Amino acid sequence: MSDILLKIKEEIDANEVVLFMKGTADAPRCGFSSLVATILNRIGVEFKDIDVLVDPEIRQGIKDFSDWPTIPQLYVRGEFIGGCDIIKEMYENGELQELIKVKG
Amino acid sequence: MAIPQDKLHELIKNSFADAEIELTDLAGDNDHYQVRITSSAFSGKTKVAQHRMVNDALRGCLGDELHALSIKTIVK
Repeated sequence: MSDILLKIKEEIDANEVVLFMKGTADAPRCGFSSLVATILNRIGVEFKDIDVLVDPEIRQGIKDFSDWPTIPQLYVRGEFIGGCDIIKEMYENGELQELIKVKG
Repeated sequence: MAIPQDKLHELIKNSFADAEIELTDLAGDNDHYQVRITSSAFSGKTKVAQHRMVNDALRGCLGDELHALSIKTIVK
């Protein structure tokens, strides 16, 4: 595994909820990233936000790591949960709240 | 950095023969789409797996030719 993929894996292992996004939770720089950060804040869960725009290697690396073509990407307890559309759908039907509440 | 609606429709149809496809051009610029795909191919698969199937069908377009595609998958 390359250095950048190892670095991504370390972040995912070290934090229960990790959001790879464009911009930060406080200053999102894309509507899709902003929406997911807002949903997580509304649920009231603490999460690590990683701004992919500060590092092109992470921006490409996370796409390779997850085999997923778009940003944002949400990880919960080491598992890839999805991008904006999936997170929005899971929030609307309550699945996301359940997933985050259930402690692994 | 845009893709015509019928091309997008065709790409999806090629991968999901039985699909009902509802395509909406959100911004009227052929670059920000929303698509609802109803297909039996999604049966028994997780949401991530369903979306991966759609991403695969559009391999090379998303994030390159196509800027934004909001996907909703429904099991037929």
